[in-house]
Amino acid sequence: MAESVTSAGELDTTGHSPRRWLWLLLGYLVAFGLIAVVWEGSKALFAIPDYKLPHLAQIAEAFFRPTPKGPTWLILIQDALYTAFEAFVGFTIGSVSGFLIAALFQRYVHVRRGFMPYVIASQTVPIIAVAPMIVVGTGSLGAPPWLSKSIIAAYLTFFPVVINVLRGLESVDRDALLLMRSYAATDNQIFRLLRLPASVPYLFTALKIAATASIIGAIIGELPVGSTRGIGVQIVVGSQYNTFNPGFLWATIIVAALLGMIAYGMVALAERRIVRWKRPES
Amino acid sequence: MPTAPIIAIDKVSRIYGNANATTVALKDVSLTIEKGELISLVGPSGCGKSTLLRLIADLDTPSQGKITVNGHAPEQARKQREYGFVFQAPTLYDWRTVERNARLPLEVMGRPAGEWQARLDKMLAMVGLRDFHQHYPWQLSGGMQQRASIARALSFDPAILLMDEPFGALDEFTRERMNMELLDIWETTHKTILFVTHSIAEAVFLSSRIVVMTPRPGRIAATVNVDLPYPRNFDTREDPRFFELVTQVRETLKEEFVGHV
Ligand SMILES: Nc1ncnc2c1ncn2[C@@H]1O[C@H](COP(=O)(O)OP(=O)(O)O)[C@@H](O)[C@H]1O
Ligand SMILES: [Mg+2]
Repeated sequence: MAESVTSAGELDTTGHSPRRWLWLLLGYLVAFGLIAVVWEGSKALFAIPDYKLPHLAQIAEAFFRPTPKGPTWLILIQDALYTAFEAFVGFTIGSVSGFLIAALFQRYVHVRRGFMPYVIASQTVPIIAVAPMIVVGTGSLGAPPWLSKSIIAAYLTFFPVVINVLRGLESVDRDALLLMRSYAATDNQIFRLLRLPASVPYLFTALKIAATASIIGAIIGELPVGSTRGIGVQIVVGSQYNTFNPGFLWATIIVAALLGMIAYGMVALAERRIVRWKRPES
Repeated sequence: MPTAPIIAIDKVSRIYGNANATTVALKDVSLTIEKGELISLVGPSGCGKSTLLRLIADLDTPSQGKITVNGHAPEQARKQREYGFVFQAPTLYDWRTVERNARLPLEVMGRPAGEWQARLDKMLAMVGLRDFHQHYPWQLSGGMQQRASIARALSFDPAILLMDEPFGALDEFTRERMNMELLDIWETTHKTILFVTHSIAEAVFLSSRIVVMTPRPGRIAATVNVDLPYPRNFDTREDPRFFELVTQVRETLKEEFVGHV
């Protein structure tokens, strides 16, 4: 046969060579160096006071400052883990319910027409306004304190999942459907063998958005007074004592940002392991 | 002894559209196809070739007229899985390997994997994909993808093969090789094949009979018996009779065209 064939094995090797990792590391270092230069440069140039923009060294120092319960970085990691737990519960509830809603909307057009406006409206309500109500509401029902945070996380999670999965389930082309019809496939078979797998790449796009949204949701849930644990609580503390300890607020922000990145990275990793049928991007 | 035709099309029309704008895709088309024939539908685009194929396959319903497939209505023929359909695009599922794509109909139809695996392997070997079972569609050339889709259509052993311009997107060399392979398949499996093309030469090379169609409204202008002997090979294309038949089909289409101006 004259036709050329590219084997998956050949293409795969370039992605993990040590040289590539070195370049990547170098890239991160250069980017960090640039940010540091701009940061400290503008601080010096515009004489920005520490409580508005601390020195990078002050932030680093804040991480290592001892507290009665241990070094600050350890405290922040413990709080971050608590937030991660809340976010994970919310992420799970939100993605599962988002997926089920999308499947329902795909199957029953009338249900979609009726309910889609409410799904969209749910996201135009300012979550900052709703969050305290949820926290107080679930609290008065005797629910554990993390549940309200998880609910807010779920609330922010389900929307991108509904929208993207719905698009994915509908992304099958006409011939692919006619093929199923030519086999006299049932609706359930069409869903399981065609629509569902076709929606998987869309699902992962949604889950990547949802992963970071769930962290933000959990943090928002931690902001109202009465919360005692979580990185959101530390952010509140950091902004209250910013004048006395200008590095600390930024330390909490950095930890929160890292948390979001880790959540995103975990979904991206899962995607790479599961969506293996795609042409690798070069 | 005359047997019942495997496909009978009786004064079939298909009109698309609504009250304001209608397209007569097919008008009063009648055609009978005997078991084991390899028939080509040839004609310019828009003459209703795909529509006719979809009507036979019960992927669409006629506005008027009646179609019988294997002695019953197209819907029943579809539900009894009596035909395999090959689209112009390979229509492979990206997330399935070649082998699992070809197995898709067996999964849908609940045919036991154990019993049918041998046939599946045979079909993939027949279309030259023996070494590509575990490849994903993106790893194959267009010609190989289309062969995988042919193996898929044959995997469940339907009596009829409906092919809608299956080689239309391929380059000429690949197309000619695929034509040879299709003839091989036809000669070894004795399927009834209904093959849509807009290439006159391809139609003459493959078919035992050619149905010439013309557009606006889509209908059958003529049928041409191809009396070139099987098995056909590369010499067939240089046979003077081959050129006569190509010319004959072309003239038919031209007359129809001139007649309408
Ligand atoms: N689903 C459809 N809705 C409206 N018009 C259609 C549809 N399918 C085909 N047609 C029209 O019917 C005519 C025949 O189309 P088709 O069967 O695809 O022709 P061919 O396959 O010979 O190119 C064309 O004019 C086309 O625009
Ligand atoms: Mg067509």
